[in-house]
Amino acid sequence: MENQNQDLKFVIVGHVDHGKSTLIGRLLFDTNSLPPDKMEEIRKTSAELGRVVEYAFLMDNLQEEREQGITIDTAQTFFKTAQRQYVIIDAPGHVEFVKNMLTGASQAQAAILIVDVAEGVREQTKRHSYLLALLGIKQVIVAINKMDLVGYQEDVFNKIKQELAEFLAGLKVEPKFYIPMVALNGDNVAMASQNMPWYSGPTVLTALDGLQDLDEAQNLALVLPVQEVYKIGDKRYVLGRVEAGEVKPGQTIKVLPSGQTTIVKTVEKFQQADLASAKAGENIGLTTVDPLFIERGNVICQPGKEPMAKSEFSANLFWLHHEPLIKDELLIVKCATQESLGQVIEIKKRFNSSTMEVLEENANQLNFLEAGEVVIKVKQPLVLTKLSELAELGKFVLIKNDNIVAGGIISEL
Amino acid sequence: MDRLTKLENESIYIIREAWSQFKKVALLWSIGKDSGTLLWLCRKAFFGKIPFPVMHLDTTYKFPEIYEFRDKYAKEWGLDLIVAKNNESIGAGMGPDKGTKLQCCNELKTDNLKKAIAQYGFRALYLAIRRDEHGIRAKERFFSPRENISFLWNYKDQPPELWDQYKTKAKDEEHLRIHPMLSWREIDIWEYIRRENIPMVSLYFAKNGKRYRSIGCAPCCNPIDSTADTLDKIVAELKASPTSERAGRAQDKENTYTMQKLRSLGYM
Repeated sequence: MENQNQDLKFVIVGHVDHGKSTLIGRLLFDTNSLPPDKMEEIRKTSAELGRVVEYAFLMDNLQEEREQGITIDTAQTFFKTAQRQYVIIDAPGHVEFVKNMLTGASQAQAAILIVDVAEGVREQTKRHSYLLALLGIKQVIVAINKMDLVGYQEDVFNKIKQELAEFLAGLKVEPKFYIPMVALNGDNVAMASQNMPWYSGPTVLTALDGLQDLDEAQNLALVLPVQEVYKIGDKRYVLGRVEAGEVKPGQTIKVLPSGQTTIVKTVEKFQQADLASAKAGENIGLTTVDPLFIERGNVICQPGKEPMAKSEFSANLFWLHHEPLIKDELLIVKCATQESLGQVIEIKKRFNSSTMEVLEENANQLNFLEAGEVVIKVKQPLVLTKLSELAELGKFVLIKNDNIVAGGIISEL
Repeated sequence: MDRLTKLENESIYIIREAWSQFKKVALLWSIGKDSGTLLWLCRKAFFGKIPFPVMHLDTTYKFPEIYEFRDKYAKEWGLDLIVAKNNESIGAGMGPDKGTKLQCCNELKTDNLKKAIAQYGFRALYLAIRRDEHGIRAKERFFSPRENISFLWNYKDQPPELWDQYKTKAKDEEHLRIHPMLSWREIDIWEYIRRENIPMVSLYFAKNGKRYRSIGCAPCCNPIDSTADTLDKIVAELKASPTSERAGRAQDKENTYTMQKLRSLGYM
């Protein structure tokens, strides 16, 4: 029960106007998380714009968002239950703001996919589902909203559930729950709805409390991408975050891509010069017995269990820049702290990221919001894994003119 | 990993990432609890020896306790301290009683910072803003580009941040704002200060039934009724309090979108 020091970040995604912001408002309201001055400010601004109280204004704080009634950029807010604290990530539903949705969702450990029961599965419902799959978010709750508009009928709920389940199965997304809900009135948000006695599953809050703060990387072999080398006096610290496994003094490590090995002398944090070990998620400074040449972008691992340095790999790519990707153009590939010039040398399939329809095989370019099955070649070999093996070395971004233009996950090495 | 440890690790990763990309970087230290915590995190990230300057934008209207605190710890922690003042505006008599508060903030903070960026050639700045301070701040990125001259924040078209990949290059006419503490809440700050025993300005602790929940310039900050004179009591008070932190700050109240205007003009 006492889990108040634990937290979980989840994102709410779905098509525009399907009720993302309203659900957030309702979650905050039902968990008593709204400061009175905040509620007052929303009442006042809603009145100035001639509207009833808009829960959406809790997250839509930009003037343009409020006046136009849309969410432009992602935002975060907080609430807690007896179980734990939650961080809610709000994500825009408009197609123009997909990069903002992705920014928010890439920080989430879980997702609520919201669907308006009267409208059914729409373009962004599907695209956001695809992006959840791309981001590797495994814990998904589907909330079927506005049940009041269809007279709380079970068969309408089942029809939408069926339609969505078929689509999600194709993406290998398996939702934990499908919950019929009225976000505005609070039916099945925090309280079981009196209007839908046919539903006996969890409310949104109980479903959330049932999710896990997954920490799978703890049990893998050591992976420590080097962030920087920092010298103080005659001490030379290798700075980085342990991404998998554990590192201890006395342990033999291998530095990739050079392949040199050495022994860890100390594992340190500020004023803790002799840590017994550091685990996945911890930022440390490491000193080594031998003075090896180590630099940013090297990856420290456990000999015998190290990932491979590759100069070519297959990936699923999502293109989020307005100018298309042209096959063979030079880009920067970034994976963890590694960076290399690279090219997409093959676009095996180009598809619509909403319908998942294949638009072209062996394509020469990938357009805004299209997804592709591609082959990437890099000048400097990168230490990589499949996403399914280790998230941190299995995902990457492409950079063009200093901007992130695509996100990708490694499917085959 | 508990929440505070997660937050600490997220911040240290970002602090190191930014320093790795931009050696011409400075930390903006207002001597308040947030930037004080960020300063602490920077000390932790670099084993007590921060490899970049720490800059105080001095409006000259700060509380005396703030100046005392600044000078004491700058010395004790061996900080490379820069005190930046907009002498021109101060000389011309700008202050909270002259013009609007927005104008005063603009000249003594924003313009002051612009001059400092130009003078020292900073390519990136660490700021201790948090998403929970204000709805507009909830929209911020960890790495956020700003034009050097206009300080324009293009909030309608922000760069994407995927996983731990950020915008780590700025154009020549831009600098990047680095926000390592975006995910922290006010209560996290105080629980962390308590856990780490970070020194804080005395204004935060109740005296004669009043304390400051948020500090800045003396004329524009109002204390709240409180008897919280220890870290334990402050944490307990915040947990029980329903009002938001900036309720006592004048600049947020003038208009619903004041913060958005301030932010888009580059206000910190």
